[in-house]
Amino acid sequence: MAKPLTKPKRKNPVLRTRAPMLPPAPRSRISLGLTSGAARGAFELQVCRDCGAVQYPPREACRECLSDRLDWTLQSGTGELVAHTTLRHAMENYFRERLPWRLGIVKLDGDGPHDAPSLIVHVHGDCAEPPARVRIRAMLDRAGQAVLLALPEKDTPHMSDDPQMRELTCDPKFRKVFVTDGKGPVGQAVVRAMIAAGSDLVWVGEAAPWKKIPGFEEIRALPEVTVVDLDVTNPDSVKRCAGQIGPKVDILVNTAEQHRAYSVGGRYGTENARAEMEINYFGLLRLAQEFGPVMMARGADTETNAVAWVNILSIFALANKPDQSTFSASKAAAHSLAQAMRAGMHRSGVRVINLYPGPLDVEWNQELRPPKVTPAALARSIVGALQGGAEDIYPGDVAKDWYERWRTDPKVLERELAHGE
Amino acid sequence: MTANPLLDMVRGISERKIRVIDLTQTLSPDFPQIELPPEMGQCWPFRLEEVSRYDDRGLAAYWNNFSCGEHTGTHFDAPIHWVSGRNLPNNSTDTVPVENMVAPACVVDCAKHAEQNADFLLSADFLRNWEEEHGRIPPRSWVLMRTDWSKRQDPESYQNFDEEGQHTPGPDTDAVRFLVEERDVMGFGSECIGTDAGQAMHLRPPYPCHYYIHGAGRYGLQCLTNLDLLPPTGSVLFTAPLKIKQGSGSPLRVLALVWEGWADSPAPV
Ligand SMILES: [Zn+2]
Repeated sequence: MAKPLTKPKRKNPVLRTRAPMLPPAPRSRISLGLTSGAARGAFELQVCRDCGAVQYPPREACRECLSDRLDWTLQSGTGELVAHTTLRHAMENYFRERLPWRLGIVKLDGDGPHDAPSLIVHVHGDCAEPPARVRIRAMLDRAGQAVLLALPEKDTPHMSDDPQMRELTCDPKFRKVFVTDGKGPVGQAVVRAMIAAGSDLVWVGEAAPWKKIPGFEEIRALPEVTVVDLDVTNPDSVKRCAGQIGPKVDILVNTAEQHRAYSVGGRYGTENARAEMEINYFGLLRLAQEFGPVMMARGADTETNAVAWVNILSIFALANKPDQSTFSASKAAAHSLAQAMRAGMHRSGVRVINLYPGPLDVEWNQELRPPKVTPAALARSIVGALQGGAEDIYPGDVAKDWYERWRTDPKVLERELAHGE
Repeated sequence: MTANPLLDMVRGISERKIRVIDLTQTLSPDFPQIELPPEMGQCWPFRLEEVSRYDDRGLAAYWNNFSCGEHTGTHFDAPIHWVSGRNLPNNSTDTVPVENMVAPACVVDCAKHAEQNADFLLSADFLRNWEEEHGRIPPRSWVLMRTDWSKRQDPESYQNFDEEGQHTPGPDTDAVRFLVEERDVMGFGSECIGTDAGQAMHLRPPYPCHYYIHGAGRYGLQCLTNLDLLPPTGSVLFTAPLKIKQGSGSPLRVLALVWEGWADSPAPV
């Protein structure tokens, strides 16, 4: 059983903050298919359309029949650990600094016409000696590439505290979280969810302190919470806030959002659209410029290092919802920027997690029919993402449906949305 | 004495016989902005973005871009701002007669009342009592409502919101009509974020100061400070808004000239 994590000691301030090292990152183009699945939290392998053989490692042509018609297909991931070893020496700096490291070979279950493949995997400390039943999960490592982790068949106590597991996740337990806007219903739900997930210090941003928002005084009174001034539309405010708490943020959750529901012609002029861009896009850019560098510098700072940046985007970022046109556009801009942030922050091991929820059950979606994602459900998705190994999350039925339609054919989705479907 | 009283005035300023008092709040991103219901169009707060600061964006220069609404910080309201003044001649910032930008001021001290009651409404009777003591309000002069509200340094107490909205002092309907119809004032000035009281949407008509003052082609000044340094009568204000084409208002620098002879005023800093 994994040793339960206890609150880490404070960092010795006379010691250097170590530079973040990354696991080996290069992958072939074909291998990135595994990363594509892992980014969504899915374990996918190629399956031959002609003979049904499951492929591993990823390849151009079927290992049985040489067909090139290989489809990435969701796997159940059950199998048997047939061999394992514990690394005590490594040439890669990333592993050298994290030894010992457990590796193994897992034979996947299979009832197809061909032998199921055997996989090289990382092995959770709670997996029994081989032969042992295990579950395989595809997770992103600190370099943002897919690795496979063998987990015990059934959950064990303190499973997420396993050191190898914690390397692949961004668990809020004992980490310091910054929720950029704690006043709205989403911000409040995120604060409560982070505390429930074991964060012992949550910084909560407050803009426009004169606005009395129901529930915020209760948030302010929570013992784990410290409220800080932050208005993401004000560069000076963002700079001050980063100077004040930047080196004390392990997980940043950007909940600052401007949301109105107008079609292109539904709101004359650009004042409203600018306000959405000012917070949803420029606000993110300001945060990235002020908090990004200091978080990247702390990618390997002790056991409670900087690990994650969470953006709450919208499924409307992928395809514009015409009756929320300018909001969708601002989220599309943020989505694009978040891609660039990810490219930059991967170098430090800090994971950029993007959530693309369907419509939330909040004021400006009052007129939308259910299903709508409640703030509490969205907050649970964020915690789940941090505790898992994915980076792109689609909370809610609407988001999952849109995402599948968008993957299949963005043009068809565009036309359907134009007709209000 | 010279033949040109303007030169006497300038000498009076340099010799500190005439004090120049700045009635302006600093334009800062931290200064609170008028807060409207979220479904309405919003007036931008003051924001500052660096162009360069002797760095790779411009080695030799520090400068900023700023953005704000016309009604930001210490600002001027032109008659066109309100529906009641929309069809008047010379009703926008570019057409307001420049002669109206220099005018005397009467300062009505409501500080104690505002301290006891954030929703204090200045009444016509209050003004009549003030006149008993200080004389009749001269035509074409500003009436400034001193509440010491500008001394509320933190934005929360300056805005003073609760679940029913904002609680800040202002004039009632009779007071505004008295000033406009019986005293022909140049305008009304306040230390708060609006010339009207925080709860003025519940007065009849809503926002009476905006309605009657601008309906009569007169002006408003908001977010003033240092009114406690002015004498009740005898000061002169300079209130030139930016010359914005068809502008409804503008941030501005409000300067007051005060003749040193007034007994109670503190020494210049
Ligand atoms: Zn095949």
